[in-house]
Amino acid sequence: MTQQTKPPIPAPTPQPEWDYYWEKTKQHELWLMRCNDCNQAYFYPRPICPNCFSRNTEWFQSSGKGTVYTFAIVHRAPTPAFTSPYIVAYIELEDGVRLPTNLIDVEPDPEHVKVGMACEVVYEEINDKITLPKFKPA
Amino acid sequence: MRKDLSRTTAIVGVAESDDIGLTPNKSAMMLHAEAGYNALADAGLSIKDVDGLFTAGLSTLATAEYMGINPRYTDSTTVGGSSFVIHIAHAIAAINAGFCEVALVTHGEVGRSARARQGPDPRLPGPQFETPYGMIGAPINYALACTRYMHEYGEDRTRQALAEIAVSTRKWAQMNPKAMMRDPMSFDDYHNSRWIAWPFHLLDCCLVTDAGGAYVITTAARARDLPKKPVYVLGAAEFHDHALMSQMQDLTVHPAKDAGNRAFEMAGIKRDDVDLNMIYDSFTYTVLMSLESLGYCGPGEGPDLFKDQRTAPGGDWPVNTSGGGLSYTHPGMYGMFLVLEAVRQLRGECGERNVNPKIALCNGSGGSLSSSGVAILAVD
Repeated sequence: MTQQTKPPIPAPTPQPEWDYYWEKTKQHELWLMRCNDCNQAYFYPRPICPNCFSRNTEWFQSSGKGTVYTFAIVHRAPTPAFTSPYIVAYIELEDGVRLPTNLIDVEPDPEHVKVGMACEVVYEEINDKITLPKFKPA
Repeated sequence: MRKDLSRTTAIVGVAESDDIGLTPNKSAMMLHAEAGYNALADAGLSIKDVDGLFTAGLSTLATAEYMGINPRYTDSTTVGGSSFVIHIAHAIAAINAGFCEVALVTHGEVGRSARARQGPDPRLPGPQFETPYGMIGAPINYALACTRYMHEYGEDRTRQALAEIAVSTRKWAQMNPKAMMRDPMSFDDYHNSRWIAWPFHLLDCCLVTDAGGAYVITTAARARDLPKKPVYVLGAAEFHDHALMSQMQDLTVHPAKDAGNRAFEMAGIKRDDVDLNMIYDSFTYTVLMSLESLGYCGPGEGPDLFKDQRTAPGGDWPVNTSGGGLSYTHPGMYGMFLVLEAVRQLRGECGERNVNPKIALCNGSGGSLSSSGVAILAVD
């Protein structure tokens, strides 16, 4: 009997405008972008503001704190790289953006996970290039 | 919105591929071709009459070559399962502008039997920001939207509506010989089916099948000389909201809200005038929020639309009489099959499940609740 090896999590291939984001998560920092003309933060990062089309945009460091906007509990993993059950969630950050992520360190059970739950960022290295920001209850 | 374009075109032929369900001996392209030839036969037209070709998934270049068509107008718009409803609006524009007169719209997918599948495109934002978290595939993404609806409008009443939709759709499928799932389904069956991605049970999710479909659309004048009863296009419109589910600002409002308002305006009819709603049912939740967003009720009132099986056979408000993506067929981009059923219902060809509508509405949903195509069809 040979042990089945779990395939790796499908890691992103960063495109040029996302290099900075992934460099920062590797340092355990979450950096987002905001527009200095319409004063809105947005996700995912891109140098041209999706709200007003301004190029007067900049990176800023997120507090990494937020609340669960919505979630789902995956019982049938889409590929063998993932082990169910696990929680997918959108976190509404204090900084005013919504981030897709996993919620960890909590039972994958709707009795334990609630919309509105406070949570904070943690970091999970998936390979030597990519560290994913994930969230746990605060 | 050009109201004068209402009733200028009609759907004159519809068909599925020779077989649907499981077709391991056929390619996606062959299902396009079979359905295309069958729809032309239904219309009393030949391949030589076709001067416009519309498709999604596979490019019109490949489809035209395989079928032996040299179109002078083509449209490969691919925005998910809504594409084939959106093609109605595009065909109205092309036909009225004189770019083509007989438009053939084809679909073919082997969702179940495909020998090769495409992986995600690493250039896109999805594989950067969603895929690494296991946000892969429609059930997981749509579940995220449904949880938010439950939070805003009540979990129990939402759950009851999802159950009503699954059960009523199966009842229609039992009356459709082409439907894949025809066993009876009870409310207990629904509630006891296993979790796929909470809040979705297995029976909240559409099937994965092989199928092809096609329709032919031409001028209203030419339609009147063809054998089948013309099915006129009263109104049609489309809308995009986002691509990634995590970019959807309001997870409870379908892009059908915008497309629907313009389609109704073009058609010059009221919500109450619609006799049959054919609503893309990738998931039970898709039906709930689509009908709500189309303006049949106010925000959060959607669950009331499905009370006591009123959308089922014998009910006063039929929805998805083919058995839908939930129980009839869903090869990946199901929108084509909304149009086929609406046309057949309007022509009175659906046997015991016919509800004798005069006006039917189709709402196609594409991507992650990303795009909508609404078409309002009618017979005299």
